[in-house]
Amino acid sequence: MTTLLWLQASGCGGCTMSLLCAESPGALEMLADAGIRLLWHPALSVETGAEARAILEDVATGRKCLDILCVEGAIARGPAGTGRFQMLSGTGQSLMHWAGRLAARARHVVAVGSCAAYGGVTAAGGNPTDAVGLQNDGAHAGGLLPADWRSGSGAPVINVAGCPTHPGWVTETLMLLAAGEVPALDGYARPRFFADHLVHHGCPKNEFYEYKASARELSEIGCMMENLGCIGTQAVGDCNIRPWNGEGSCTRGGYPCINCTAPQFEDPAHAFVDTPKIAGIPVGLPTDMPKAWFMALASLSKAATPVRIDANAHADRVVVPPTLRKPR
Amino acid sequence: MTRLVLGPFNRVEGDLEVTLDVVDGRVARAQVNAPLYRGFERMLEGRDPRDALVITPRICGICSISQSAAAARALGDAMGLSPTPQGAAMAALIHAAENVADHLTHFHLFFLPDFARPDYAGRPWHGRAVERFTAMEGSAQRAAVAARAELLHVMGLLAGKWPHTLAIQPGGVTRAPGLREKARLQATLRAFRRYLENVVFGGALEDFAALETVVGLMAWGRGDVGLFLEIAADLGLDDLGRGSGRYLSYGAYALDTGPVFARGVWNGGPGVFDPAQIREDLSHAWMRGEVAHPFEGMTEPDEGMAAPGYSWCKAPRLAGLGYEVGALARQVVDGHPLARALAGGGVLARVAGRLLELARTQAVMEALVAGIVPGAGFMARGRLPRQGAGGGLVEAARGALGHWLRIENGRIAGYQIIAPTTWNFSPRDAAGVPGPLEAALEGVEVGASGLSVQHVVRSFDPCMVCTVH
Repeated sequence: MTTLLWLQASGCGGCTMSLLCAESPGALEMLADAGIRLLWHPALSVETGAEARAILEDVATGRKCLDILCVEGAIARGPAGTGRFQMLSGTGQSLMHWAGRLAARARHVVAVGSCAAYGGVTAAGGNPTDAVGLQNDGAHAGGLLPADWRSGSGAPVINVAGCPTHPGWVTETLMLLAAGEVPALDGYARPRFFADHLVHHGCPKNEFYEYKASARELSEIGCMMENLGCIGTQAVGDCNIRPWNGEGSCTRGGYPCINCTAPQFEDPAHAFVDTPKIAGIPVGLPTDMPKAWFMALASLSKAATPVRIDANAHADRVVVPPTLRKPR
Repeated sequence: MTRLVLGPFNRVEGDLEVTLDVVDGRVARAQVNAPLYRGFERMLEGRDPRDALVITPRICGICSISQSAAAARALGDAMGLSPTPQGAAMAALIHAAENVADHLTHFHLFFLPDFARPDYAGRPWHGRAVERFTAMEGSAQRAAVAARAELLHVMGLLAGKWPHTLAIQPGGVTRAPGLREKARLQATLRAFRRYLENVVFGGALEDFAALETVVGLMAWGRGDVGLFLEIAADLGLDDLGRGSGRYLSYGAYALDTGPVFARGVWNGGPGVFDPAQIREDLSHAWMRGEVAHPFEGMTEPDEGMAAPGYSWCKAPRLAGLGYEVGALARQVVDGHPLARALAGGGVLARVAGRLLELARTQAVMEALVAGIVPGAGFMARGRLPRQGAGGGLVEAARGALGHWLRIENGRIAGYQIIAPTTWNFSPRDAAGVPGPLEAALEGVEVGASGLSVQHVVRSFDPCMVCTVH
């Protein structure tokens, strides 16, 4: 039996809502099947008020053993370091205070979503509440917990980043932990099983990308890298390998990837749906692509764009089908 | 007098604390505190106006589409741009799917588990409630989570993902469905109807939507709805936590032909809604500033959290009065006879209003899918002004949601949001008049378990992350 406690810190609750979209099996069955017992979850558990406070206090004092602490939402440190922008209701203490107490007791700590991992959208636009992630302040190591902090298992905070997180990323991380495996982590402490992929992998716009056949406005089905701010070639995530909500993803929905699994995605220093350019050339290059080669290949492939691909890129659906080949 | 501080108040979306002064076993005075402040309105200042479509949905993971829709409408208003008819229809479908999923989440995950508590052991329905409604384990809970996840395939197909999509734009939607998508959407909706009719309602949705009287409602007798109604009759939930009877709806699902559910107010009779009459009162909020219309409003937190403030929530008023918003309000304003018969009621009325809307909205979604015209335009184009202002008024699952935006020099100069639970869980205003929940709690008999208070609070389906944002 693996015990799990879930806190909702300064966030939107959307990672819980996304978790409930898990299928085959559903989220509640998956947790039960993996031997994970929820000690308390703010949206799902029956216990409220004094009953919930008793559970939290039992865990914080070590009377109840805690295997996994999941925190959803950033940690608000303001105003002036008091954490009073988020009081854990009924306790007279800040959520910041509770998160620190409970993390100290946990065998594993999982930051669910980019807010809990890095601050995320809660830290956007000047960060009005001085919000940070559990063990990161944006891309900088060290948040509520210092950079060298380790949980009972010896691992750092596991950052299941995303805005929201894919239900598969969360359930698979929890299943691995329940089975005694700490997933391998990347440089921002994200599980590599999803962070080793780019959103670009499996993107249905790949043929448009190959020829830089670019959408100019939202709803055109061409590649959104050149004009519409898409950074799927740089963002980590297997979003186009495993779908969301049946068969979706951001790029499948016709809008750009905004790199929501990354620290500081919330403040890109330009409009999310614009691609910053210098002399007409997009500033951000695909990950691991040398600039000179990108420029050379892009200009070559653009010149070689087939009529079909060019026409489709500027329509809101496929208007020219692939040419049929007759078998020899 | 005894003072009770209830928290963490869970199975609501977000952070909630309720303070009760109890005299002779009854609530003499209630104070509702939204104890989380994030400052979204401040984050938006200075940004490209289009960024609102990325930032505001992330106010809330359960009303995300509603926030998208309000932001898109506010931008469109500033641009002088309306979506194409088919774009508006797809935005409405996406929005309706979220609202329906939210109603289901509320009914099964948030509201019903309290009736499986041992406090109710001995009631004739308790064994069945335990089997169906126990938190996380009840058979109805798991079926609801599965049905909801399947329904949200509508999002995968049309909105990329849920929550937090960028698919809804001022001019329409980013993905143009074709015949294949239309067929798939029909399959998803047929499966959801099967679940609603076989499990939740135990009968045809049209039959439930045709109910006109409270007597007829209470005689429904089938499905999980029937079990809830049996419980409601036994516990007297009709009389528990009665509302003022004043309701407000901005009108839901704006199509080119008008809203699907009407816009207006109800105060013993129908009335016209004038958005210019909205004011936010800050007297009991930890906010600085004067009473203002949201176009002039500001969000300046009082970091000292000084009295008489007791919440981060502002107090919205329409022509000086508080209003209850939500599914019941929408259905009352829309003129549904059952909703009108329930007007002014308490826990039962609010939950039944949601169930009525669940049944009616399934038909709305089916009609929207049937009306998809492959090949039509799903997006209109427009340009943002350098200077301008716009309002976006929509109906979230929990009620009236408004965004008010000012643009100066091509940037967001002001952005104010009033969410449904800002109305319902508003603190007192300068005249000391409590908000709708605070008023509904007055006089409630607390009892040994305190469950009656829990039922009243959850009957509003509060979304606290939206409330303060």
